[in-house]
Amino acid sequence: MSKRIEVNDLNVYYDKFLAVEGVSIEIEPRSVTAFIGPSGCGKSTFLRTLNRMHEVIPGAHVTGHVFIDGDDLYAPGVDPVLVRREVGMVFQRANPFPTMSVRDNVLAGVKLNNVRLPKRDADDLVEKSLVNANLWNEVKDRLGAPGSSLSGGQQQRLCIARAIAVQPDVLLMDEPCSALDPISTLAIEDLIHELKSEYTIVIVTHNMQQATRVSDKTAFFNIAGTGKPGHLIEFDDTTTIFSNPKVKATEDYVSGRFG
Amino acid sequence: MTQYVAPRPGSSGARRLVGGPRPSDRIFRGLSYGSAALIMVILAGVAVFLIIKAAPAIAASWSTGDLASGTTAGYANFWAYSGPLIWGTLWMSFIGLLIGAPVAVGIALFISHYAPRSLAGILGYLVDLLAAVPSIIFGLWGIAVIRPYLLPFSHFLTEYLGWFPPFGGQVSTTGSTVLAGAVVLGVMVLPIITSITREIFLQTPRLHEEAALALGATKWETVRLAVFPYARSGMVSAILLGLGRALGETMAIALIISPSIVFSVALLTENQNSQTIAANIAVNFPESNDLPRAGLIGTGLMLFVISFAVNFAARWIVGRTGGSAKERRSRKIAPPSDAASILTLDVAASPLEALEPRGSSAHPEGQEPSIPELRD
Ligand SMILES: Nc1ncnc2c1ncn2[C@@H]1O[C@H](COP(=O)(O)OP(=O)(O)O)[C@@H](O)[C@H]1O
Ligand SMILES: [Mg+2]
Repeated sequence: MSKRIEVNDLNVYYDKFLAVEGVSIEIEPRSVTAFIGPSGCGKSTFLRTLNRMHEVIPGAHVTGHVFIDGDDLYAPGVDPVLVRREVGMVFQRANPFPTMSVRDNVLAGVKLNNVRLPKRDADDLVEKSLVNANLWNEVKDRLGAPGSSLSGGQQQRLCIARAIAVQPDVLLMDEPCSALDPISTLAIEDLIHELKSEYTIVIVTHNMQQATRVSDKTAFFNIAGTGKPGHLIEFDDTTTIFSNPKVKATEDYVSGRFG
Repeated sequence: MTQYVAPRPGSSGARRLVGGPRPSDRIFRGLSYGSAALIMVILAGVAVFLIIKAAPAIAASWSTGDLASGTTAGYANFWAYSGPLIWGTLWMSFIGLLIGAPVAVGIALFISHYAPRSLAGILGYLVDLLAAVPSIIFGLWGIAVIRPYLLPFSHFLTEYLGWFPPFGGQVSTTGSTVLAGAVVLGVMVLPIITSITREIFLQTPRLHEEAALALGATKWETVRLAVFPYARSGMVSAILLGLGRALGETMAIALIISPSIVFSVALLTENQNSQTIAANIAVNFPESNDLPRAGLIGTGLMLFVISFAVNFAARWIVGRTGGSAKERRSRKIAPPSDAASILTLDVAASPLEALEPRGSSAHPEGQEPSIPELRD
């Protein structure tokens, strides 16, 4: 289930613009890794290369390698559609399918795999995914309601339920709480804690406290100036990054003296 | 705020804040109100004209006098005459849409989601050009190209699917059939349906498309999960607009089919081709006497009514989605207060707003609760 991510010397381009340069990183299974850094340093860009979502943007491409348990995502012949079934993603803005019911939202990814689920199995999967997303109790009486009828925090947890229903190996989250109120944010942080036992989780966050609360390891990205590529500056245990970083820029950033 | 504002030359220090509407505003308002009123007057005028001119034929006896001879011979009354024509109009338009609409939506989808950017631009331009081709040209094209081209296909259909009434009967030797007319109609409705659905497809929130892609959806699955549900009501109104175009089409049909005033579903025969109202008027009007002319105008009145009904149907479909959104909103105790759902509402705002600027806003969340089925 949970898999190890290894990135070797990855460069990410938008057309000719080098957005992220020379990232190498190893992310252990069953861990939570936080990406922090100032806006525009390429956290989202880099995160999206871990499931080839960057390719959705015309002109975006990479050089280098990403291995998930040894399989190179960028080897010739690899189908990005299949990659995304293994590496799930949760976005900054909750994006349930608005006209689809809560239940169908959870099943959306599963039905894509062309499996014909018997109703009983589908019910079980819906319940299990929603329970794992800490949403079951709130929506169990209105599984038929449209996804857009939930509150923002519930919608985001519905998106997490939808992502884990396909049982991915890795879960990527791009600032999943940045549009949520503090209570919903805590609910999602708790959820991340629980999901860690089954998934490799990578989360981009602008919130330092959140990074310290949820992550085992933290990667600090920085950018020398606008138009320059982002770099991975330092990657270490979260406690080390926040209490005893080795690089001056990291210390400046985490202590709030910067950006 | 604290910046020094140079007093305007001629002003005595204090700015004048009181004043009536500017003349330019008044003129412009008058013009726009005037043109709005003019449209109503024209519309009412057309309706009144049709009713007054048609009344004699609707009231008259069709078994004696002018109406009992010529092209109107043999009908018991006006309704016996206009009934088959109404049927023919609807039937021909329906077949035309059946052929044209899927192609139009397909082209729109190709332009918005599949084609490389350069090709998409060229294709969009070509489709718009198609709208500028006069219908007489389509008619000539239908006669010269489509009729003979469809003949072998027609024989095939009759031979193997002849048990299905539309394909039954003796195949036409000339090819002047409903099918040929409908194919040309299908081409003629392409531009309007394509350009509207293309715009709506392009407005699909990126958010929802990325949601589908991140789940491992293929392109087509993304279209089904994110694009179609979002564009559904817009597609319906685009198709109804296409229907409006097809209903009124005259020249192409008049040139292509060899018609009969009959209730017939036959698509491929020589003499069972249901005539349409518009083509029938175009063909017969010049040579008619007063009463038969009144009869033709009466059928024109029917066409006017049908077109209105189609328009209302389109509006009703668009309005229904907007209406339930309003209901839902008023049922909510409080508006969503957290940023995410506000943002979601924001981006989910329907593309129909672009078509319907008068604010019949249709949020997808407001679409009737029937959920698009996921078929595998
Ligand atoms: N779709 C895009 N097209 C072109 N450039 C982009 C696109 N998205 C992001 N960028 C650029 O890539 C850089 C990194 O952006 P991003 O990954 O969004 O940063 P972060 O998530 O750390 O705020 C920025 O300079 C940004 O302008
Ligand atoms: Mg970002």
